[in-house]
Amino acid sequence: MLSIVEIDRGTPAVLSDRQVTLEIDGRSIRVPEGTSVMRAASQAGVNIPKLCATDMLDAFGSCRLCLVEIEGRKGYPASCTTSVAEGMKVSTQTPKLAEIRRGVMELYISDHPLDCLTCPANGHCELQDMAGVVGLREVRYGYDGANHVLAKTRTGTDNPHFSAKDESNPYFTFDPSKCIVCSRCVRACDEVQGTFALTIQGRGFDSKVAASQDNPFLDSECVSCGACVQACPTATLSEKSLIERGQAEHSVVTTCAYCGVGCSFRAEMQGEEIVRMVPNKDGQANHGHSCVKGRFAIGYATHPDRIHTPMIRQKITDPWRIASWDEAIAHVASEFKRLQQQYGKFSVGGITSSRCTNEETYLVQKLVRAGFGNNNVDTCARVCHSPTGYGLKATLGESAGTQDFDSVEYTDVMLVIGANPTDAHPVFGSQMKRRLRAGAKLIVVDPRRIDLVRTPHVKADYHLKLRPGTNVAVLDALAHVIVTEGWVNEAFVASRCEQPAFEKWRAFVAQEKHSPEAMEEETGVPAAMIRGAARLYATGGNAAIYYGLGVTEHSQGSTAVMAIANLAMATGNIGREGVGVNPLRGQNNVQGSCDMGSFPHEFPGYRHVSDATVRASFEQAWGVPLHDEPGLRIPNMFEAAIDGQFKGLYIEGEDIAQSDPNTQHVTAALEAMECVVVQDLFLNETAKYAHVFLPGCSFLEKDGTFTNAERRVSRVRKVMEPRSGHADWEVTQRLANAMGYPMNYRHPSEIMDEIARLTPTFRGVSFDKIDRLGSIQWPCNEEHPAGTPVMHVDEFVRGKGRFMLTEYVPTSEKVNSAYPLILTTGRILSQYNVGAQTRRTANVMWHDEDRLEIHPHDAEERGISEGDWVGIESRAGQTVLRASISERMQPGVVYTTFHFPGSGANVITTENSDWATNCPEYKVTAVQVTRVNQPSQWQKRYQAFSQAQQALLDAAETP
Amino acid sequence: MNIERLVAMANDISRYFAAEPDPVAGAIGIADHLKRFWEPGMRKQIVAHLATGGEGMEPLAKKGVERLMEIDSKLRA
Repeated sequence: MLSIVEIDRGTPAVLSDRQVTLEIDGRSIRVPEGTSVMRAASQAGVNIPKLCATDMLDAFGSCRLCLVEIEGRKGYPASCTTSVAEGMKVSTQTPKLAEIRRGVMELYISDHPLDCLTCPANGHCELQDMAGVVGLREVRYGYDGANHVLAKTRTGTDNPHFSAKDESNPYFTFDPSKCIVCSRCVRACDEVQGTFALTIQGRGFDSKVAASQDNPFLDSECVSCGACVQACPTATLSEKSLIERGQAEHSVVTTCAYCGVGCSFRAEMQGEEIVRMVPNKDGQANHGHSCVKGRFAIGYATHPDRIHTPMIRQKITDPWRIASWDEAIAHVASEFKRLQQQYGKFSVGGITSSRCTNEETYLVQKLVRAGFGNNNVDTCARVCHSPTGYGLKATLGESAGTQDFDSVEYTDVMLVIGANPTDAHPVFGSQMKRRLRAGAKLIVVDPRRIDLVRTPHVKADYHLKLRPGTNVAVLDALAHVIVTEGWVNEAFVASRCEQPAFEKWRAFVAQEKHSPEAMEEETGVPAAMIRGAARLYATGGNAAIYYGLGVTEHSQGSTAVMAIANLAMATGNIGREGVGVNPLRGQNNVQGSCDMGSFPHEFPGYRHVSDATVRASFEQAWGVPLHDEPGLRIPNMFEAAIDGQFKGLYIEGEDIAQSDPNTQHVTAALEAMECVVVQDLFLNETAKYAHVFLPGCSFLEKDGTFTNAERRVSRVRKVMEPRSGHADWEVTQRLANAMGYPMNYRHPSEIMDEIARLTPTFRGVSFDKIDRLGSIQWPCNEEHPAGTPVMHVDEFVRGKGRFMLTEYVPTSEKVNSAYPLILTTGRILSQYNVGAQTRRTANVMWHDEDRLEIHPHDAEERGISEGDWVGIESRAGQTVLRASISERMQPGVVYTTFHFPGSGANVITTENSDWATNCPEYKVTAVQVTRVNQPSQWQKRYQAFSQAQQALLDAAETP
Repeated sequence: MNIERLVAMANDISRYFAAEPDPVAGAIGIADHLKRFWEPGMRKQIVAHLATGGEGMEPLAKKGVERLMEIDSKLRA
């Protein structure tokens, strides 16, 4: 079922420089050339009856309802498949058309149940609407003959055409008896999602929609994105929530709180209850598409595990005590003041959240800098994209991706390195696949055979299956080919880049030691493949690089980011549509949390704390002197805590005890602190070590903005009151006031106004303007009042682009006889980050445990079979998971996800980190894998500790 | 803070700047990096460690920290 508020114009919008004027039912209308008659009519206010057409999909022309008459043409062409022409005269309502349409509808209805009043789509069913508009008054064919409607025939035998409702998917049902075989679901799966899981099986009257080989939906290739459900004109595919609750009465546009794509959604509501989430067709990042998380996995927001009241305890072995907001806030303030008095001003700090809004993040860093009087503030980007900030700032001058997502529509060659978009950024992954199906070339650099390498109608031209930890070697080898084979865009480099730095870099990468042949042994990638890929990237037209945490989470993460920027500059692939350097951000607001000054060395807008002019502007606005030295990064905080110098930490919406590397080191640091304050939805892993718990809000309960991977600032809108009584920004504000630093914002829009006043790249941003424009890509200022989709157009933000030297330095994390395998980590489509949200939804039906993927060769050597329990041991620790044998891995490399805390994936990861930013080297850990028959010691301790903490929570809940 | 960890971090930084053909420029790069990104307490610790021999530090890391002592007024205060 389509959104309750959107208008469906039947066929997609067309872009054309040429306009065509035609007449429809006597009305003159001017539309771009290539537009369908159906769409033109809709724009002229004439609704042509239709069933198989919807503007998310290409015209199909199967339902025969949208027929029209065109002056001078024979017959009754379908308006969806007929393009407009200059001077065309169209009639959409004639006696003959009415007769044909009634005949068609009579046939449809003759094989459709007449249970409209009890049907979930009642009142919003397109079939019902069409029966109405064509004036169907009689159906002469009963159900006596062949039909798909009834389970039994008249004689009581099973009806061979009937299929029972498929309720296997946790979020939607498939009721074939209501299906009109319009193919909209099949086409949505193909065109929009690109999974090709659905098909029309059979011919003629036997035609039916089938998932995979006529499997239940849950067992099929379906990825549960819901595009088919949205496209269905009847109740054949319906959300279970819609069936349970009935239809929504109002709809609110907001932004998804999952990955960095930042999809726009319409929350369809009954009062304060969500009926369903429908991706917004006007959403500039997602254009009406979504994934299984954003559309369906929102049940966590109302999950019984949520805590709605503040809680306090002296020691982490004490039971929790429920406290009022006043008491909890006063307690935190007095503790932090005590700690600062006892251990010094620098003994406390804060961690901002990439899951919270820009306004909330800004307030936490302001509290730390202005309220605590130090710069000990950091964010989870430390462990994901901090190298992006460093590397892109050094080369291009701004810590952000260069393009909007739609830029990919102009891309001829995609270079995807260390990213798995179809799992981690699924909606953009679908857009990439669409472009690849249209003919763009693809280079994948990844140790694993990610789905994009081979997926229906998509095949990578090159898959450089490198050894984990050799990104820089591969990137330098690609650069070597470009420089030595003469593919450098000399004109671009001469006019746009710093010449001495370029010459130094050219000489550097031209050295024989960087040649693909010299690097082959180290990277494991055949030299000829590198050469081919380099030529394709440099000469294949518009080339765009997309990268993810497989680039940043290495000991050379920042070096790799700079090497990527070097490649783009050397080939002139920057500063226009279709090209660029595009970091795919992990969490919804990673870009925003970085923009908002979450790093200990930078004020909002990436300006160093030592910059006296910038500091003075903040000092003047905030009314206090500010510290001019960088504060502690998250891993530094841990070190300082274990040393006894760092005692208090305010953590908003992060779960460092699960997400950060070397878990046992992290928990030791948490245990060494005297006041750990966690503000979250749930008693997460970190909260088990906390002294104060402040209940947080889901994105549904507050106003604010998120900034996605394309620098797009979009509104988050409150659709229900905060369960705890206070939005997260209000909690931070109360804490600041209690600490003696006044904050008096009445609405998050006032916080954004302050951000705009103090941050040049946000100068033109306001809630009002976002409401007007839908979203804004920063920089937004006097020069770019509507924002900036593509950056670095005429010159780089730093002026001239700067090439940086990128020597390959092998990681110190090396395999040996004790630890012969490399473990690398990643994520999966159905789960999100630490899983705190998605584990509390039916998404666990797709992924209910983290498994160790291992190549058959490595498994056989160790006597490991599918599903066996295996111990994974590194220098840092040991854990136990079940094995999954997979040829996606190369021999010598094993892989796991980190969505379940009990898996202990980060018990094994080490403290090795990126040289520039301390971003952990999650992607490379030397391990041994052996068959075992019991959980690891850590897992046993974890289990016992978690049970004890749950008991301490339960004790609080039953006073 | 754990000095081995700080030494490892300083060495990691020096390995990046080792690519710089001019070793003086490399040392300057290290010093600037430490000044911009390391909290002052960490800088003081690595400087003190170098003063007592700098065990475990690679030669270029030592050069960088020496340079840091020259440019970092906070360390002299």
